[in-house]
Amino acid sequence: MIPPLPLWIEIPVALLLALSGLFTLGAAIGVVRFRAFFQRMHPPALAFSFSAWCVTLASILYFSAQDGVLSLHAWLIIIFLSLTVPVTTLLLSRTELFRRRNAGDPDMPPPLSACVQPPDNGGPPQH
Amino acid sequence: MMRRLFPAPLLSLALLALWLLLNNTALGPGQWLLGAFLGVLVPLLTHRLRPTPVRFRRPGVALRLFLQVGYDVIVWNWRVLRGTLAAGERMPRGGFVVVPLDMRDPNGLAVLAAIMCVIPGTIWSELAMDRSALLVHMFDLDNAEAEIALIKGRYERPLMEIFE
Amino acid sequence: MSPLLFSAIVFAIGCYITAMALALLRLVRGPSAQDRVLAMDLICTIAMLILMVLAIRYRSAMYFEAALLISIFGFVSSAAMAKFLLRGEVIE
Repeated sequence: MIPPLPLWIEIPVALLLALSGLFTLGAAIGVVRFRAFFQRMHPPALAFSFSAWCVTLASILYFSAQDGVLSLHAWLIIIFLSLTVPVTTLLLSRTELFRRRNAGDPDMPPPLSACVQPPDNGGPPQH
Repeated sequence: MMRRLFPAPLLSLALLALWLLLNNTALGPGQWLLGAFLGVLVPLLTHRLRPTPVRFRRPGVALRLFLQVGYDVIVWNWRVLRGTLAAGERMPRGGFVVVPLDMRDPNGLAVLAAIMCVIPGTIWSELAMDRSALLVHMFDLDNAEAEIALIKGRYERPLMEIFE
Repeated sequence: MSPLLFSAIVFAIGCYITAMALALLRLVRGPSAQDRVLAMDLICTIAMLILMVLAIRYRSAMYFEAALLISIFGFVSSAAMAKFLLRGEVIE
């Protein structure tokens, strides 16, 4: 039988878990309710950053207190997420810009450099 | 000799640290040996894949930038959550900002891209072909001038000090 | 497991499941293909978070390996799909 943890460990762990749940819920609400795609891309970053940090911190606290050894295993998840999330976000935003510009959407900003400009004269989209 | 054996000493150290993290608390001498082996071997095998050598200086500035980004992530998380739940007048109005860049170093630009994407509320959308300007989408855009000044002063200047 | 920690875990998992259902709504409804990739990415991340909370619930570090695997598969699949949408082929 594993002895129960002291209260001063359990309160922060419970608080961190609840916070991460709330922020993830906020991220999902944002994904559903915004109209523009670029607005929708911002809320998932809540789940990728703050929620993941909270859960990681909670599990480091919990397992370290339980085993009596500093257990930094969960750091890997944060490191991994901070490496992969920028790649996905960047690819998705570039995809949205590329496809909407090709479709001739007037809301999209003009390209920054002239050489990637899509044809204005009704030419075929570059697919 | 040392240069040949360790083309990227920071990468070697990071690999060793990651290996030890993966094995968590079971840290015998065997795991240290395996981690050191990985740390030597992987940079040797991959150094031809890396396009430009990384020149990393001023670790103090880098540490301050790291803490600043961590703080900004928390602040922006709160702001984006509030903006997500706001209704009516206070709905956030997103918009694009064109940031003129002074930094040309590709490694620094890569780190800037990672920072912009990790912070909720800013998304790096496009880089000009000649690396002179950057298109960023902001979650809640009131004052474009202030945001541009913030991005340049807070992230670009320290990165230029570190990488150039 | 004390009642405090247990109720926090139940609350967190309830939030995650609601969030997953909302993201699934976007995945089904999403007008463009990018929306679906974004929703799928969010779902993978939430699944990873659920596994990490379950690791605390069952006091087993084995769940971390599964969480890492899910996040790796989520990353590779969303990156491949985004790349496909961008150029029409995954590997150039």
